[in-house]
Amino acid sequence: MTLAAISELTPLWVIIGYLGLLIGLGVVSGRLFRGTSSDYFVATRSIGPFLLLMSVFGTTMTAFALVGSTGKAFDRGVGVYGLMASSSGIVHSLIFFLIGMKLWAIGKRYGYVTQIQYFRDRFDSNGLGYLLFPILVALVIPYLLIGVIGAGTVLEGVTQGMFPDVFEGRMNPAGKMIMVGAVPRWLSGLVICAVVLFYISGGGLRGAAWANAFQTIVFMTMGVVAFWLISNRLGGLEAASRAVQENARDHLGRDGMITKPQFLSYMLVPFSVGMFPHLFQHWLTARSAKTFRLSIVAHPIFIMIVWVPCILIGIWAAGQGITPPGGNSNAVLALMVNKLIHNDIFTGLLTAGILAAIMSSLDSQFVCLGTMFTHDIVLHSAGEDRFTDRQKVLIGRGFIVAIVAITYGLSLLDPPNIFDLAVWCFSGFASLFPLVFCAVYWRRTTKVGAFSSILVMVGVWLYFFLDWLEQSSAGHDPEEYLVGGVMPVVFIFAASAVTLFVVSLVTKAPRQQVVDRFFAVHEAASLQEESR
Amino acid sequence: MSGSRRPTAWWVVWSLVAVLAILRNDLWNWSDDTLLFGFLPLGLAYHAGISIAAGLLWAAVVRFAWPAELEAWAEDEQPHRSGGRS
Repeated sequence: MTLAAISELTPLWVIIGYLGLLIGLGVVSGRLFRGTSSDYFVATRSIGPFLLLMSVFGTTMTAFALVGSTGKAFDRGVGVYGLMASSSGIVHSLIFFLIGMKLWAIGKRYGYVTQIQYFRDRFDSNGLGYLLFPILVALVIPYLLIGVIGAGTVLEGVTQGMFPDVFEGRMNPAGKMIMVGAVPRWLSGLVICAVVLFYISGGGLRGAAWANAFQTIVFMTMGVVAFWLISNRLGGLEAASRAVQENARDHLGRDGMITKPQFLSYMLVPFSVGMFPHLFQHWLTARSAKTFRLSIVAHPIFIMIVWVPCILIGIWAAGQGITPPGGNSNAVLALMVNKLIHNDIFTGLLTAGILAAIMSSLDSQFVCLGTMFTHDIVLHSAGEDRFTDRQKVLIGRGFIVAIVAITYGLSLLDPPNIFDLAVWCFSGFASLFPLVFCAVYWRRTTKVGAFSSILVMVGVWLYFFLDWLEQSSAGHDPEEYLVGGVMPVVFIFAASAVTLFVVSLVTKAPRQQVVDRFFAVHEAASLQEESR
Repeated sequence: MSGSRRPTAWWVVWSLVAVLAILRNDLWNWSDDTLLFGFLPLGLAYHAGISIAAGLLWAAVVRFAWPAELEAWAEDEQPHRSGGRS
């Protein structure tokens, strides 16, 4: 290989170096693994404030935070920040405080590892676990696929033309050969899955938390550096924004870009974090309640640090008259970098940052699904005492390998419109929020109410989802799917909440023993307030 | 939970959280395309301000509405549910 050829591969070498660092991190976290199931599944509930902040933030921010936010701002202007980011800053921290800390306390006291364990005991029902399990898994799997396919797509774009003699490219729907010489998505997806699997197999959730912290630092830094370099190349902040004023003025406001009902209704979407099973598991890793303080305070600020630069890059691209290939606005960030920065090392680092955002969500979701299969299905059915601690870890590892393999297999099918599924996953989780909120705060919530609410949520969700599928196959823009001008989550959330409330009121109240067991946490808080 | 016994600071910070959630819905900035400091669109600056205010407000919640007994309750050794957990 000539020197010139090696130089052309610089971005790929940078990415390989980054993946190597993650493998090294996996080796270190694996050596510190204590060998117990508690350490594997919830890091022996020993994670401190900084690691909790970084792992929770890294888990909630996907590649959308860098690539999607830039693309969406390119399409819809600055209103995208208010639509998605500022609401998340308020709602996420609210949920960490009101739900996360309470569930951490209950989980620590009663030894829970998964959400379903809590719901089974809270509603005194095994069946509820069997109902919730497939729903939670079904909502997480598209999310995983988005990560694996997204990582493959990013690497394919960066490596285009690098290996023309090895990879011939692929045919697009119009029958044209594209991405000639690029590392194909099946290979990139395989490598990404293998790296994530490596570092979570060794250290379990502790390994995921460490890797998340590292990856969060990487993607936050790369977003800010990209912003700084791009603004310099555009002649400074003022010149870059002046071009938007002159060429794409509508991007500075929200008129004609976002509708008011859509904006108002989007506030419900961030409630999804209250029911993310992978976030529940991260909450349980906290060393103490005080550990949550930093996450609660810093989360909105971190969102701002990541999102504001990306939104500005998106509208600046509109001001520059950039035309993304095939109208794919997700390519805008990469296009701005390629067009303005011309630096292979930086291209490699930015790609590593995007992969970091993807992998920092994938790892927790893989561990979480493995944990759920192990605890909510195998150990629950066979009995916890049937297995030694070491066997529990082995079962967990086995399930994680199986889930990674299934996800990778499904990604090869290259399902259409997979990226549009994200908002449906979030809407589903958000509409389960009334269940967790009432479980924690309303004593009168009943088992029948919980069952009814979940079933109604699934029914209404499916009704809108199938309608969206029909409309999108008929050629409508699937991103524009609104019901009466608002996001469908409004109706799904309302149906779920009303059903839970009404059915709980008219059905037999839960046993006093169960209520006392779970509401003692509130009594403790009340006593403390009285003593002030 | 007896609301009347809550300290005033508790009510103040939670009221401010509600106000912030309302302020997020800034329909009054809808068409404003002013650039602050020559580069920052007003609609973006406003919402970045909401994020900063959220950080400050959550710091106040942590300071004035912190459920200190939660930790002691969680640590308290009680018989776990049958079978135990990891």
